[in-house]
Amino acid sequence: MIPAAFEYARAASVDEAVALLGRDEDAKLLAGGHSLIPAMRLRFSRPSLLVDIGRLDDLRFVRENGDRIAIGALTRHAELVRDPVLKQHCALIGEAAALIGDPQVRHRGTIGGSVAHGDPASDLGTILLTLDAELVARGPRGERTIPAAEFFTGPFDTALEHQEMLTEIRVPKAVGTYLKYVRRAHDWATVGVAAARVDGRVQVGLTSMGPTPLRARSVEDALAGGASPADAAAHAADDAMPPADASASSEYRAHLAQVLVRRALEQL
Amino acid sequence: MTRIALTVNGSLCEADVEPRQLLAYFLRDQLGLKGTNVGCDTTSCGACTVLLDGESVKSCTVFAVQADGCEVTTVEGLAQGDELHPVQQAFHEQHALQCGYCTPGFVLATISLLKENPNPSEVEIRDALEGNLCRCTGYHNIVQAVQAAARAGA
Repeated sequence: MIPAAFEYARAASVDEAVALLGRDEDAKLLAGGHSLIPAMRLRFSRPSLLVDIGRLDDLRFVRENGDRIAIGALTRHAELVRDPVLKQHCALIGEAAALIGDPQVRHRGTIGGSVAHGDPASDLGTILLTLDAELVARGPRGERTIPAAEFFTGPFDTALEHQEMLTEIRVPKAVGTYLKYVRRAHDWATVGVAAARVDGRVQVGLTSMGPTPLRARSVEDALAGGASPADAAAHAADDAMPPADASASSEYRAHLAQVLVRRALEQL
Repeated sequence: MTRIALTVNGSLCEADVEPRQLLAYFLRDQLGLKGTNVGCDTTSCGACTVLLDGESVKSCTVFAVQADGCEVTTVEGLAQGDELHPVQQAFHEQHALQCGYCTPGFVLATISLLKENPNPSEVEIRDALEGNLCRCTGYHNIVQAVQAAARAGA
């Protein structure tokens, strides 16, 4: 359970991190390390160079910015849980962060690291997709903003290019909820469901129901057409490709999604 | 090798480490602090919990180089001479251990919890200790010990 050997460099700025990534095509960023280090210990991941961005404390923030909230990519899950701006204007982010791993994991794991890892079981990825968040990335050619709908491209794959680093995440102020079903303490979601009211429209997202976080568009369309929460929730798995694994069969996940979507909609 | 300097249990220590050296093994093998147990080695069981700048972390999932410049507290750093830390005292009095393997991790997770929430409810205690597993399943007395430590103002 010892990772393969790698070179280590600690970046003092985003620009330095981007430059260091350019040195080696097998380089990877290290933020809180709570997705990457377990993967390296299992040797699923064997980066030749780790660029440690964990000390870039100016990327640990939550700021109100008009009708939106900006979250620094290195903000830790524990900080999301207790942040007063999020509690007031987008409480489902802190509520979902409180369900990630356990306290020790939340002390280290970051929102940017979690999202950049691209795990289809990531709770925060589903929330960002549901809220139509914007993800700000810096690379050698400057900064660009990626809509969440274009960010998640496959299992453990995102729209980030090799030399790009996620710096900030922007979400709208919204009322919403996140429900997560797990078989045991500190587990990944068997299924997770986010529901939020964004600009007067109800938007619904799903965790662990396909190769990436997914939107439940059929549910959203049914609601927009006047369906009740129970009737709309029946469409929860219509757009999904629920995987089968040791936690659940595809059929069970589809059933869970319907139940959790109905409960989430009833809570909104 | 990378040179690191960190404070462990109040003492400054400098060492050369391989970047892939995990903090748990650094503490055990290079510093001889064997109170930090390694259980599952997969970020699950919490036996290797230490405080990093005052917050509980699983030291099997932190590279020693990430702790450069930080303060680390292990179970060996809690007692003042012969006087146990109030959380250790509470675990002792409430018999909150059977085989004891998970105990250092539970004690440090409890210290971190009581710093964030000095007066937790029973449900909050059980939630906050979800990252620590006791294979003897001695959870009941552990929860009682945390309650006793909170009452003692630990």
